[in-house]
Amino acid sequence: MTAVDETTGAKEFGQSRRRKEDARLITGRTKWTDNIVLPGMAHLAMVRSPVASGTIASIDVADAKTSPGVLGVWTGADLDAEQGDLPCAWAVTPDMKHPRRPAVAAGRVKFAGEIVAVIAARSAAEARDAADKVIVDYDDLPVVLDMNEAIKEGTPLVHEELGTNVNATWIFDSGEAGTGGNVDEAIAAAHADPDSLVIERTFRQQRLVPAFMEPRSTVVDPTGEQLTVWSATQVPHIARFLLAVVLGISESKVRFIAPDVGGGFGGKIHLSPEEVATVLIARKLGKPVKYTETRSESIQSAHHGRDQIQKITLSAKKDGTVTGLKVDLLADMGAYLGLVTPGVPILGAFMYNAIYKIPAYQFKCVNVFTNKVLTDAYRGAGRPEATYAIERMMDTLANELGVDPLALREKNWIKHEEFPFTSVCGLTYDSGNYEAATSRAVELFDYEGLRREQAERRARKDPIQLGIGISTFTEMCGLAPSRVLGSLNYGAGGWEYSAIRMLPTGKVEVLTGASAHGQGHETAFSQIVADQLGVPFEDVEILHGDTQITHKGLDTYGSRSLVVGGIAIVKAAEKVIEKAKPIAAHLLEANVADIEFDSGKFSVAGTDKGVTIQEVALATFAAHNYPEGIEPSIDADATFDPENFSYPHGTHLCATEIDTETGKVTIRKYVCVDDIGTVVNPLIAEGQVHGGLAQGIAQALWEEARHDESGTLTTATFVDYTLPTAADMPFFTTDMTETASTSNPLGVKGVGEAGTIASTPAVINAVVDALRPWGIDDIQMPTTAQRVWKAIQGKEFDASVGAKDTRDGSHEAAPGNGAPLWSGNESGGAQ
Amino acid sequence: MGTRRISVTVDGVAYSDDVEPRTLLVHYLRERLGKTGTVVGCDTSNCGACTVHLDGRSVKSCSVLAVQVDGSDVTTIEGLAQNGELHPVQQAFHENHGLQCGYCTPGMIMQSVDLLKDNPDPSDEEIREGLEGNLCRCTGYQNIVKSVKAAAKAGSVSAGVAGGAA
Ligand code: FES
Ligand code: FES
Repeated sequence: MTAVDETTGAKEFGQSRRRKEDARLITGRTKWTDNIVLPGMAHLAMVRSPVASGTIASIDVADAKTSPGVLGVWTGADLDAEQGDLPCAWAVTPDMKHPRRPAVAAGRVKFAGEIVAVIAARSAAEARDAADKVIVDYDDLPVVLDMNEAIKEGTPLVHEELGTNVNATWIFDSGEAGTGGNVDEAIAAAHADPDSLVIERTFRQQRLVPAFMEPRSTVVDPTGEQLTVWSATQVPHIARFLLAVVLGISESKVRFIAPDVGGGFGGKIHLSPEEVATVLIARKLGKPVKYTETRSESIQSAHHGRDQIQKITLSAKKDGTVTGLKVDLLADMGAYLGLVTPGVPILGAFMYNAIYKIPAYQFKCVNVFTNKVLTDAYRGAGRPEATYAIERMMDTLANELGVDPLALREKNWIKHEEFPFTSVCGLTYDSGNYEAATSRAVELFDYEGLRREQAERRARKDPIQLGIGISTFTEMCGLAPSRVLGSLNYGAGGWEYSAIRMLPTGKVEVLTGASAHGQGHETAFSQIVADQLGVPFEDVEILHGDTQITHKGLDTYGSRSLVVGGIAIVKAAEKVIEKAKPIAAHLLEANVADIEFDSGKFSVAGTDKGVTIQEVALATFAAHNYPEGIEPSIDADATFDPENFSYPHGTHLCATEIDTETGKVTIRKYVCVDDIGTVVNPLIAEGQVHGGLAQGIAQALWEEARHDESGTLTTATFVDYTLPTAADMPFFTTDMTETASTSNPLGVKGVGEAGTIASTPAVINAVVDALRPWGIDDIQMPTTAQRVWKAIQGKEFDASVGAKDTRDGSHEAAPGNGAPLWSGNESGGAQ
Repeated sequence: MGTRRISVTVDGVAYSDDVEPRTLLVHYLRERLGKTGTVVGCDTSNCGACTVHLDGRSVKSCSVLAVQVDGSDVTTIEGLAQNGELHPVQQAFHENHGLQCGYCTPGMIMQSVDLLKDNPDPSDEEIREGLEGNLCRCTGYQNIVKSVKAAAKAGSVSAGVAGGAA
C-alpha cells in the first residue's frame, strides 16, 4: 500500500511510546479499589483459622457482636445455605475429584488461613477489633503436608468425603497420541545400548507467593437487585460469570469492575472467597461494603504457585542426541481447587520437550491435595516448571557427556529452516530462530571470556568461583485456541473481544476484554489502533475492566492480551474501515470498489479525491447524507479466536559468582535475547522482560513459602517471605531478535511470562556449574547462602571437573576433556 | 476511645483534626484527608509503598502515628507536582518506564526524591541501596534505577532523559 497522505506521521508500531497510564500513577490519582468510599459503607474483617486441619467445635461471637461499631457477625454456618461452592473451571479428567469449596468454612477447616467468620463494622479498624474477640475452639485433625506421604495408602485424608488425596492423574503419551514414539521403548533401548545413556533426576519446584504489591480489595454496592462489584482482579468478566453461577443470580444483574489493579501475576485470577463473602454481607446489610486484605492475609490465603516434585528421565545417544523424555510429576493442589488449579501442571505438559527434537515423550502428573492454601496460576503457570526441568536436564546431560552445554542444545534444537515444526506433543511451532537469538546472546555475554575466567578461577581454586548457566527456552502462550481448550476439558474458550466506537469528533473509543493490571494496554493498544485507522495516538481511548462497558471478554493472563486481545482490535478496526467505505464512496461520489484506505484517508483510486476517517465519522453521526440500505454507523466489534498458540523463545545466559567461604550467590552478569516476534512498543516489552526476570531469579535465589509441621505458613509476612529489593537485583542486559509469528496479522508473540519462564534454570544452571568441582550436580531452590555453604562442606575440590570449552576451543583448560565445541554460527544458519 | 487534636500541613494545606492515638499516619492521610495516592502494601513496614515526606525527610507513613505529626509538614505524592508541572523525578519515572502497575510508585518516587536530596549524583549501587526499603514486584528495578539516574542528571544538567544500556 502506498501512503495517500504523508502528513499522518510515522507509524506507531515499533515506537517506544511513553505510557498513557503513567499520568495518574505518578501523581497519586490512581483508582485502586481500596480508595473507593461510598456513603454508608461498611467494612469487613475476616476471622481466619489458625489450624490447618480440624473441626470447629464452637464459635463464640457474643463479644464481637457488641464490640463498638459492629453491624453484624456471620459464621460459616450462618452463610452456608446461600454461599454456594467456589468453582474450578478445569476438570482435567472426567473422574477428577472436586471437593466443595465454601467461601466461609462451616464445621471443618482444611488450611491455616481459611475464613471461619466475617465481621461487618462501621470502620475497618472496628471490624478488626471485633474479629479479635471471636473465640473459636478447634478439634485438631491430622495434617497432610507432604505430597509423597499424601498419596500413600493409610494417610489421613484432606477431604474425607473424596476417599483419596489424589485429585487427578493426567497423562500425555506421544506413542499413544501418534505424535511420537513410545518413551518406555526409547529408554529401554538406551539402557541396552552401550552407545547411549539414561539419566534420571528429581527436581523440587518450591511453593511461591505471587506477591502482587496491591493487596486484594473488593467493594460491593447492592442497589435493589443489581450488584456493582469493584475488585482488584485480573478477570472481571470471568468473575462476573462465576459469581452469577455460584450465587444463582442473574449475570445481567451484576456489574463487575476492575479499576486500576496493582499487579496480578496470576495471583488475581479467581473468584475469591473474600469476593463472595463481601457480596453476601452487602446483600444482607443492603448497603455498600468493602473488604481489603492485609498483606499477611494475602500471603496466607491468596493462592500460591508452583509446588511440584518433578522426576525426569532422559535417554540420549552418547553423541548427544536426545532419544526420549519421560516426566513424572506430583503437583500440590493445596486444600482446594481454584479457577485453574488442576490445569496448571498441564499447561506445562506440552513444553518439557521445549525447543528440542525429542522423538518420544511421556508426561504423567498426579495432582495431590494437602492441608495448605491452594495453588493456582503464577506467572508462567506450568511452563516455568517444564522449562526448568528440561534445561536442567540438558546441562546435566552435557556434563555427563563432557560436552559444552550450548553445543549439546544446538545439536538437539529445531533449526530455523525447519519451521513450522510439529513437536512431539503435536503443537505446531509457527516460527523461531534459536540460532540467531543464541548467537546474539553469546556475543553480548562474552561466553568465551567468561568460560576462560571460570577455568582460571578453578585452576587457582579461587574463593570466588564462577558458574555459567544457560537456558534456551520456548513457551506456548497467548491462551488460547478455544477448540484446544475444549479438547483439554477447560470450561471456557480463549477468544477475545473488542469494539471500536468512532465518535463524531473523530476521537476513537476502543473497548477490549483484556483488562490490564500494569502491562500498559492503554498505550500499546492505542498504538495498534492509531496505525490501523490512521488516527493520532492521542485520539485513541482504551476502555477496559468494566463489564458494563465491555460486556464480553476473557481477561488477562497467559500472555494473551496482545496476541489475542490485540488481534481482536485489529479485526474490529478492519470492520470499521469496511463499514466506512460505502459512506466514504457516497461522500466522494465514487464507486465503493474504487475506494482505497490508507493512513486514515479514504480516496478514490487514481485521483486526489479523498476524505478522512474523521470526516466519515462526523458525516455518519450527522447521518444527513449516506447510502440507502445501510445503517448510519461505522462502529464495529470483533471476537477473535486464535488458531494457534504463540511461541516466543530466547536464550538466557547467566554468570554467578559464589563466595565459597560464605555460600553467597551473586549474579555477575545476566544476558537475555528474547524473540517475541515483532514488537509494538520496545520500551514496554523490555519492561515486561525485566519484571519477568526478577520473578524467575527470585525463585532461584530467594523465595519459598514454608510451612511448619502443623501446617502453619511460617513465611506469612514480607519479613519472612523475602522479595528481592533493588539492591539484590542484578543489571540485566536485554536484547531482542524478531522472528515474526506467522499465526497472526501483526507477527507478534506474547511477552508477559517469558522472563520468568526462562530465567530460573539459567540461574540454577550457573550455580550448579560453579559448584561442579565439588562433584555437585544439583542443588535445591532457593539457593540460599546457607544451602550452598552446606552443599560444599566436607567435599573435595577437583578443578578438572566441569564444562570448560569455548567456542573456538583455543582456551580449553582441561586437556583430555574431548568435548565438541559450541559452534555459534553468527549467521543464524543451521549447522 | 479518646482522641487527640493534631494540626498538620499536608501538601500545603493546613488541617486540624481529632484522631485516635492509635491511628497511623497512612490511615489518617487516606481515610481522613482522602490522600489516596499514598497506599498500603504490607503490615510489617517492609514495602515502602506508603512513603511520604515528613518535614522534608522520607518516612514510611505506616510506621508513624498521626499524633506524632502534630505541628509538622507532610508532603505526599499528590503534593509533589508544583503548578501543574511534574517533579523531575515523576517526569523521569514516566520517561524511563520506571513503573508498571504503579502501586509501588508513589513510595518509590518519594523515596527517590529524598535520596537525591542527600546524594544528587548517586551511582547505580547507591540508588539500589537507597531504595532497598521499597519493594516493587513489576519492574525488576532496572528502569527505576534508570529513572533516578535520569532525574539526577536532569537536576544537574537540566537535561531530559538519560540514555543507558538496554
Ligand atoms: S505499607 Fe508497607 S511499609 Fe508502609
Ligand atoms: S510497578 Fe508494580 S509494584 Fe512497582
